[in-house]
Amino acid sequence: MSKTKVSIKNLYKIFGPQAERMVEKVKGGMSKTELLEKHGHVLGLKDVNLDIPQREMQVIMGLSGSGKSTLIRHVNRLIEPTAGEMIVDGEDVLGMSEEQLREFRRRKASMVFQKFALLPHRTIMDNVAYGLKIRNTPVEEARERCQRWIDRVGLGGFENHYPAQLSGGMQQRVGLARALATDAEILLMDEAFSALDPLIRTDMQNVLLDLQEELHKTVIFITHDLDEALRIGDNICILRDGEVVQKGSPQQIILKPADDYVSDFIKDINRARVLEVGSVMNGKIASKGPEVDRSMAVEEAMQAMSKADSKTAVVTENGKAVGAVTLDQMIAAIARPAAGNKGDKTYR
Amino acid sequence: MSILDEFPAMGRQDLRDLKKGIDGSFREFSRGYGEAIENFFDPVLRALVWFEKLLLATPWPLIILIVAGLAYLGSRSWKLALGAAVSFILIGYFGMWEDTMSTVALISVATILCIVIGIPIGIMMSRSNRLQAMITPILDVMQTIPIFVYLLPVVMLLGIGKVPGLIAVLVYAMPPVVRLTNLGIRLVDAEILEAADAFGANPRQKLFDVQIPLALPNIFAGVNQTIMMALAMVVIASMIGVKGLGNPVLQSIQNQYLTLGLMNGMAIVALAIIFDRVSQQYGKRLQKHREGGHGV
Repeated sequence: MSKTKVSIKNLYKIFGPQAERMVEKVKGGMSKTELLEKHGHVLGLKDVNLDIPQREMQVIMGLSGSGKSTLIRHVNRLIEPTAGEMIVDGEDVLGMSEEQLREFRRRKASMVFQKFALLPHRTIMDNVAYGLKIRNTPVEEARERCQRWIDRVGLGGFENHYPAQLSGGMQQRVGLARALATDAEILLMDEAFSALDPLIRTDMQNVLLDLQEELHKTVIFITHDLDEALRIGDNICILRDGEVVQKGSPQQIILKPADDYVSDFIKDINRARVLEVGSVMNGKIASKGPEVDRSMAVEEAMQAMSKADSKTAVVTENGKAVGAVTLDQMIAAIARPAAGNKGDKTYR
Repeated sequence: MSILDEFPAMGRQDLRDLKKGIDGSFREFSRGYGEAIENFFDPVLRALVWFEKLLLATPWPLIILIVAGLAYLGSRSWKLALGAAVSFILIGYFGMWEDTMSTVALISVATILCIVIGIPIGIMMSRSNRLQAMITPILDVMQTIPIFVYLLPVVMLLGIGKVPGLIAVLVYAMPPVVRLTNLGIRLVDAEILEAADAFGANPRQKLFDVQIPLALPNIFAGVNQTIMMALAMVVIASMIGVKGLGNPVLQSIQNQYLTLGLMNGMAIVALAIIFDRVSQQYGKRLQKHREGGHGV
């Protein structure tokens, strides 16, 4: 795994007038409901530890109320934590003065919002240039840079329109271009695509994946949509009631869900499309059959094998054989795991 | 049981002494500081007189042209510009030109002062709940206290004339612009403010790039209200020696000159309608970008 870019350590967030005092109680094992009933404080985040690797997409997933939007706002300190540490590039974000923090927000971490949050009275060009204007970039230079990003997200020709004249998907492209224009290394995306309809959402995911291939930013992406998380995440962290339930790669989460909550989450996904051959294969380098790359989806591998009329396939990595996979293994892997055996559980 | 029958009021003698004492000390105060306060307002007086003279010295066709031009620039409507020109021609034809110029000068200066003083106060109020809690009751008093109650001390301090008239207008007309500036800034979408924060805007950048532009519709509604209320004060201001359309109205009340009152009253109404429509249309035009419609 590559170098850690953002490191979150023992982060607590409690909402209420005497939040500091409540941290001890939560550390002592008090639950969210108990804290609310007895002390009238709301537990936002509980002992979150997460190392986010450089240049990868970290997805933070959870249902509404799980604290994911609260967590992402701690990275650029839009929300102050009650306790814990937030280290970015070895620098303590919580120790920054107001001026340092502004500089950090201007240069290092930019953000994309769920409801776009564009300035309605500014043109698309001026919206994209907003981050640059704030740090007093010369107008000519800003224009030139922003024009590139506007073209890059496919909005060329709309520079002089106002946000209200664009569709939701186009507005979020503006939001994305605005965040990219500052050249920040960290991109914070708070449910950035959740407000878009499914087709546009897929479209935007493609835009993001494309950009990422070229830019390699450290992206922190919040979503409540598992398909989205699996599609774009290099790593996924699942939150529930402010606590980290599981972190790992998409493959790990599908193959080894940490608990019923996660199993419930993943039970309806199309496993054949998400699981990769590499997660299913065995180590024996062997046999005949078509060659499939280890990052290929099981679905595609099965098609390849069916076409070749073979029950086995050779798994390759960079063209070299690294293992084998059988049809039975794949069928076993894509079968839905038995439903939760501890009775019906409901989650808020 | 007599305490229940009659309110235990302060003794008559005491009450009279109290009133006398306050009256006396205020008189002292106005004797001691009246001139200093008058000097303080001198620049305002000079601006007002200068503007009035300018309006009167300008040839009337030019004024009508300017009025129509401003109406058109504000509203982008030929009808409104034409209406304004016709109103001014009628006003002149019925012999009310000079009074109208005085009134326009007073209203203009009063409105500018209300904006210059009121908007910063509104901005400060929007930034501090405590300040808001302190200023709101003051605004309530300014709007509800019977005008004559504060007119009296103002006249005692400054005598009768333009400046006390202007102050009376300011007291009455300033609250809307303060209130609506405060409200408008408080209503600015929290998400957009958060975005400004996330991109590292400092408080000044947030104010000028986000808060004021987004509050502009409300601020503008406040300015519009302020103009209307200033016009409503024209007659009262004339009671303390301000020249203008209010004067003939006052005369007509005293002498039962029905037509004189009606004509000058209509002139005030015409001014009000022109100011109101033009400023409203201008405010609407500022909001044009909010309208949807793809690819427009």
